[in-house]
Amino acid sequence: MTINPNQTIKFSPMHRLQWEEAQQKDVILYPEGMVELNQSSAEILKMCDGTRKLARIVSDLEQKFATTGLANDITAFLEVALKNGWIQQN
Amino acid sequence: MAGSNKTNPTTALRTGITPPRWLLAELTYACPLQCPYCANPIDYAKYQSELSTEDWKRVLSQARKMGAVQLGFSGGEPLTRKDLPELVKHARDLGYYSNLITSGYGLTEEKIVQLKEAGLDHIQVSIQASTQELNDHIAGTESFQHKKEVAHLVKKHGYPMVLCVVIHRENIHQMPQILEMAEELGADYLELANTQYYGWAHANRDLLLPTKEQFEQAEQIAQAFKEKVEGKMKIYYVVPDFYEDRPKACMNGWGTTFLTIAPDGVALPCHSARELPGLDCPNVKDYSIEQIWNESKTFNFFRGFDWMKEPCSSCDEKEKDFGGCRCQAYLLSGDMYAADPVCSKSPNHHVIQEAIDSAKASALADNEKPLIFRNSKNSRLLS
Repeated sequence: MTINPNQTIKFSPMHRLQWEEAQQKDVILYPEGMVELNQSSAEILKMCDGTRKLARIVSDLEQKFATTGLANDITAFLEVALKNGWIQQN
Repeated sequence: MAGSNKTNPTTALRTGITPPRWLLAELTYACPLQCPYCANPIDYAKYQSELSTEDWKRVLSQARKMGAVQLGFSGGEPLTRKDLPELVKHARDLGYYSNLITSGYGLTEEKIVQLKEAGLDHIQVSIQASTQELNDHIAGTESFQHKKEVAHLVKKHGYPMVLCVVIHRENIHQMPQILEMAEELGADYLELANTQYYGWAHANRDLLLPTKEQFEQAEQIAQAFKEKVEGKMKIYYVVPDFYEDRPKACMNGWGTTFLTIAPDGVALPCHSARELPGLDCPNVKDYSIEQIWNESKTFNFFRGFDWMKEPCSSCDEKEKDFGGCRCQAYLLSGDMYAADPVCSKSPNHHVIQEAIDSAKASALADNEKPLIFRNSKNSRLLS
């Protein structure tokens, strides 16, 4: 599965993204399961609010962290996220 | 309780105890169904008392504070508790991801909406077979059509829909139809749970355990289907450990992750642990969750590796499977410290083959004894 650059990306309503105080990290919750996220994965997923397309997510994150060259890493992670059903496109 | 009921906040830090992540709230042993593989203890009928709403709220708050995040409302049939929406609301306010594990019996559209508004995240509906006749026979209750309606309503109201089918010799031949049914109903997840032989399933094992050929054929069908529905439906396949040669890493290790609270408030490291002798399981009416988790004799009993005997204690796989399941070791060998007999290194491994042979002989017998259904009358007779 690949990310369509012409469509917006949103976090799946079938999952919940949540900060866990006890674990000091963000997690994805779904039926009887949990995925623990590192900080960069969590930052990418928080950008998936249904208004941004891929290029905008990359540029917003590059701006936020004052860096460049994130496109490949972000795209690769979002493909994993899409395959796992954490995000949706339409 | 390690001779003390005073909480020592440094206990966890000192001993490297990990906090609970998964809380299974068995709200009640009451259930309109009579499934002969029920995971509740055989003698459940003698535990009549149930925690109050306030007790449950306190338990949820205390466990959440320690880090529990996945919450299962189970039973029995959790819908028989009138305070379920109130408990769901409390769980949501605390930030739990809450799962309702139900037979669907008594679940109406009104209730589905009410629970959604209260903050329930997901509903898992169990179906016993792909045909009305077999479903209603196994469930001991007319329930098939209603369960299918419930599955539709769960989808309609935006919940992730998990269908759970427990697999055993009576329904394993229906694997292709079960898979089709799950697809038709639009399940987001399908849990194909090969029967685990504890509690009622242990008592009915001769009638429930499939042959290796039946199991392998069903697994092949399920695996092929898994590829077909990739991206649409996730299939969880719970393997029948009688046909494995290494035990399961039961509960991810004793007292590391899972906390079960039984209807009467007894805290258990797994839902079967009540069957083990001499554990003195603590009650949430007497102690806080933190005390129970960190300090109780029960939760420390099989933590780590010091309790192990050979062949586990010197085994290079002990950190992977923790010696397997303590309840299975006790049920099959009479020794809860022994290696899980599923392991081919266990000196008791032969009991697994004997169980398989016994079930096969039972299936071929002219007058096979009937299933023992899970109900209060049978519970009292057997305990």
